Amino acid sequence: MSDSVSMMPEHPPVTDWIRDFDHTDPTWTENPFPIWEQLRAASPVVHTERFLGCYMPTTYEAVKQIAYDTEHFSSRRIIVRDVRPEITATSPPITSDPPEHKPAKQLLLPPFTPDAMKKLEPRVRAICNELIDEFIADGKCDAAARYTKHIPVRAIAHMLGIPEQDGDLFIKWIHEVLELGIKDHGTLMRAIEDMSAYFAGHINERKDKPSDDLITTLMNAKDKDGKPLSDAHVLGALRLLLIAGIDTTWSAIGSSLWHLAKTPADRERLVAEPELMPSAIEEFLRAYSPVTMAREVVKETTISGCPVRPGNMVLLSFPAANRDPTVFPDADKVVIDRKENRHAAFGLGIHRCVGSNLARMEMTVAIEEWLKRIPDFRLDPAGKVTWSEGTVRGPRALPLLFGAAG
Amino acid sequence: MSGKLKIHVDQDKCQGHARCNALAPELFDLDEYGNAHEHGDGHVPEGLEDKAYLAQTNCPEFAIEVIEE
Repeated sequence: MSDSVSMMPEHPPVTDWIRDFDHTDPTWTENPFPIWEQLRAASPVVHTERFLGCYMPTTYEAVKQIAYDTEHFSSRRIIVRDVRPEITATSPPITSDPPEHKPAKQLLLPPFTPDAMKKLEPRVRAICNELIDEFIADGKCDAAARYTKHIPVRAIAHMLGIPEQDGDLFIKWIHEVLELGIKDHGTLMRAIEDMSAYFAGHINERKDKPSDDLITTLMNAKDKDGKPLSDAHVLGALRLLLIAGIDTTWSAIGSSLWHLAKTPADRERLVAEPELMPSAIEEFLRAYSPVTMAREVVKETTISGCPVRPGNMVLLSFPAANRDPTVFPDADKVVIDRKENRHAAFGLGIHRCVGSNLARMEMTVAIEEWLKRIPDFRLDPAGKVTWSEGTVRGPRALPLLFGAAG
Repeated sequence: MSGKLKIHVDQDKCQGHARCNALAPELFDLDEYGNAHEHGDGHVPEGLEDKAYLAQTNCPEFAIEVIEE
């Protein structure tokens, strides 16, 4: 890869959001909600010439139509980037379309059912408490760096059967794929190669010595014709679980804690009425949905009256759909006892997040254990909250002070 | 009015979000893939009517039908 390809091209600042949107612009990263409102008021589908041409559905209805329409919209590319190189590595089922999608997805579903998550829950509870033990005496911490980041890393490592202490490596790869990779193809490809080499080692170890973990389960799985999966298929699935399972949940837990840090009324209510936890978690998922997906237009069609043409990508913003006031009353308010909540944080249609039960369990346990040990906390005025850029949104620095405000 | 409701999960629409099972485990079972099915013949026992509607209005895929008999 030449240096010129690896250079990070700067994007000019956005001045016209409706005709020139950019989800990597610092204004979007900092606070996307007013931008989505502006775009939604303009049109159910907007377009930008950036990223070699990209649409964005702005309403719940338009997002849903595209998510359900696998004929005109392909999942072969699922990140909106500056470049659109030839596809060399796939990660079934997230990059699969019908008919390949269903059998690939069914292989991954059984290990992620709610019952399977109940077995993992005690380990996650212990992880949370081990992390809190490390900083509670300090009276403050950067919760993104010391707490929310490590919970999904250690949980997924535990499930896969790989060392929990390799977590920093996973986080580096994910940052390279999901953030740097939007503008820097060389870095993305290198990260994918490194991940593949790492997992190939673990696969080879298990060929001689099978173990009771998800890697072994995948290696023993049979495809729809009864044949074992190829190493490439297993590698792709493992890369997917690592990339999709970590900074997504890191972000969701972080945004929830950020909300509770700046909203004492919700925090106090959740401590006093822990039975509200399930609806509060769903509301945090709706209001601060971390994951924006993508599709590639493969056939011309119309979405909510807007023509959509091949050659363009689609920024499939489930987070923006979840703020649509025609579907969610008081969409911009966080209502922790919201009764009706059909949010799309985990996607809609066949690509529903395979790890949604894992994410919900991790979020619930992480917030419960935090509130038990640190019921009073607030944003540290001496620090600054920073947010990740692009595909997954959540706090990457979350400085908090413990105890009641003095 | 009690014991007169029936629920049904449309298997073509269900994508396994499992919201119904979380909100009303008495009414919805999950299979090995985590997809939902109405428990038994789908009749809603007396006292669980609110839970049936709660599950319905929290299904992201609009896969749950609540039928008044």
